[in-house]
Amino acid sequence: MKKNVFKKAFAVAMSVMMVGAFMTGCGSKSGSDENVLVIGGSGPLTGDYSTYGISVKQGAELAVKEINEAGGVNGTEFKLVFEDDMADPTSAASAYATMADNGMQVGLGATTSGACLTAVAEAEKDGILVVTPSASQVECAAPENVFRICFTDPLQGAYAAQVIKEKNIGTKVAVIYDKSNDYSAGIQKAFVDKAAEINLEVVTNQAFTNQSNTDFSVQLQAVKNSGADLVFLPIYAQEAAYILTQAQKLGINIQFMGGDGLDGVIEKAGEANVSALEDVLLLTPFFAKDDSDFVKAYRDEYGTTPDQFAADSYDAVYAIKAAMEKSGAVPTDSDFNEKMIAAMTEIEVEGVTGTMTWDKSGEPDKTAYIVQIKDGKYVEFN
Amino acid sequence: MDFLSNLISGLSLGSIYALIALGYTMVYGIAKMLNFAHGDIIMVGAFTIIVSISTCGLPVWVALILSVVMCTVLGVVTERVAYKPLRKSEPLTVLITAIGVSYLLQNLALLIFGSSQKSFPSIFDISSVHIGDLSMSGESVVTLAVTIIIMIALSLFINKTRAGKAMRAVSEDKEAAELMGISVNKTISLTFAIGSALAAVAGVFYGATYGFIGPYTGSMPGIKAFVAAVFGGIGSIPGAMIGGLLLGVLESLSKAYISTELSDAIVFASLIVVLLVKPTGLLGKVIKEKV
Repeated sequence: MKKNVFKKAFAVAMSVMMVGAFMTGCGSKSGSDENVLVIGGSGPLTGDYSTYGISVKQGAELAVKEINEAGGVNGTEFKLVFEDDMADPTSAASAYATMADNGMQVGLGATTSGACLTAVAEAEKDGILVVTPSASQVECAAPENVFRICFTDPLQGAYAAQVIKEKNIGTKVAVIYDKSNDYSAGIQKAFVDKAAEINLEVVTNQAFTNQSNTDFSVQLQAVKNSGADLVFLPIYAQEAAYILTQAQKLGINIQFMGGDGLDGVIEKAGEANVSALEDVLLLTPFFAKDDSDFVKAYRDEYGTTPDQFAADSYDAVYAIKAAMEKSGAVPTDSDFNEKMIAAMTEIEVEGVTGTMTWDKSGEPDKTAYIVQIKDGKYVEFN
Repeated sequence: MDFLSNLISGLSLGSIYALIALGYTMVYGIAKMLNFAHGDIIMVGAFTIIVSISTCGLPVWVALILSVVMCTVLGVVTERVAYKPLRKSEPLTVLITAIGVSYLLQNLALLIFGSSQKSFPSIFDISSVHIGDLSMSGESVVTLAVTIIIMIALSLFINKTRAGKAMRAVSEDKEAAELMGISVNKTISLTFAIGSALAAVAGVFYGATYGFIGPYTGSMPGIKAFVAAVFGGIGSIPGAMIGGLLLGVLESLSKAYISTELSDAIVFASLIVVLLVKPTGLLGKVIKEKV
């Protein structure tokens, strides 16, 4: 009993201290710097998915730096606060709270879908504008204050089917997908539905799971026997690297095509396997062209080639800038949030992932490129 | 034709399981313990190859020797440090220690190499073998051949040499073997050394077949190989070979004809069935307790 009393007293003391700390945090940061817009973003900076969060953070950092060097917007400088949410919904909630304490007035999504749902729910209560670079699950952009840079999973699947039909890339399509992954299964479903609608023949659907993602000989054999002339891979780069190298070993010479998840497959496959990737097609809004200013600036800053996630996040910051320019809003306006959200549907952003406009749904209207891998490099495909 | 090509996929997969299972069954047969870290020693062997060829630029044969030496030393050291102090304790204690060693190795690799998978350098340049419409990758053909050679060599070693005789004696009765002047510690160390060297070989062929190695690469094949060893009768060397091949074929056929998602469930369920019908596995011997 005595112990419990102690515990309670300790808990109360701790909470008082924490609240105190939060309050001083608010007092000193938000509102005092009139000419600073605090953008709060979160993503996994540690753990298995850390590459995504780090890319998003770096893409946003680069955009913020460029905008500030050019003198800011409406006399306002941008400041990025980025928290680690480990791609975990619970951590995303505390990351959001930390950012709010730091005076966040615009949210930069959360990097991954699950975490983004939590962040978005909080942001909806606060009424602030959120631009999510990379959370592709449909529900993430459901609230009115949320806008998205990347494609949703279903949109990507349907778009892929349409492109294949229109450009006549294949007539009999086989799909290999990861049934245990929402991203992959979401694209596969939309792809098959759309294909049925536009009379694109899907000859076989071959599934795998995250427990059986190293040996694909049976699936590849089935694809070969199905008589397919195109294999669609709505999966991530690592599994694609396995599939492509094994297809080469088995002597299967069919055209392969993937979505934006395949971004990074050249690095994953490694130099030893470059030949297995020859001619593979990618349908993606972004690919790193060596001569683009963004790619050069990113390489100078971080020494690596930007991926999809970095590009999406770079565009998200520029979309925020465009909304500020359009509305003329400054962070001290009492109706700053309303002005910004209204402006998002009026702007057009020429980003590194394409030219985008948004409607009230928060989904971007943009196109994707088809790129082809030749000698371990991406080239545009016509 | 469909069936034959799936059968070949199964044999390719099974030859890897068989190669890993040989190490498992050898250690179990002699030391009477399940070395759950065996799969992770394979991962260490494969990473040794990656580091020595891709990072240090050493020639392939040096890398192969380094990999075998590395795994052998690792096997002997883990035995000394983790298992030997437990020689007299319950089998369960040793089993849990083995699981601990397995996690230790995985997390060390995670710390050193990061979570993303690394591509394995191409060390054999063998074109695939075609018979009519059927094809089997060159790596699989070599793996199968090497597995058979190792199986025969191991059987000969255990049945025909003095060291092998000592191993069999230790396996039957440690105290009696000691009384006969056999050094139990040395024999068990030798068993671990051979078992781990086999793990290095398995790592090389796993890497060559699948092309990518990550910190957790060893865990699933390790479990499958354990199942293969039990399937064939744990402790029996030809049993491990047969168990591995059967398991691979079973996995491939259930993927092809039943469901790609359920194949693992089917594989593990079939183990339960085999153990119900024949508790010692396909080639396992019933050892009578002499009173």
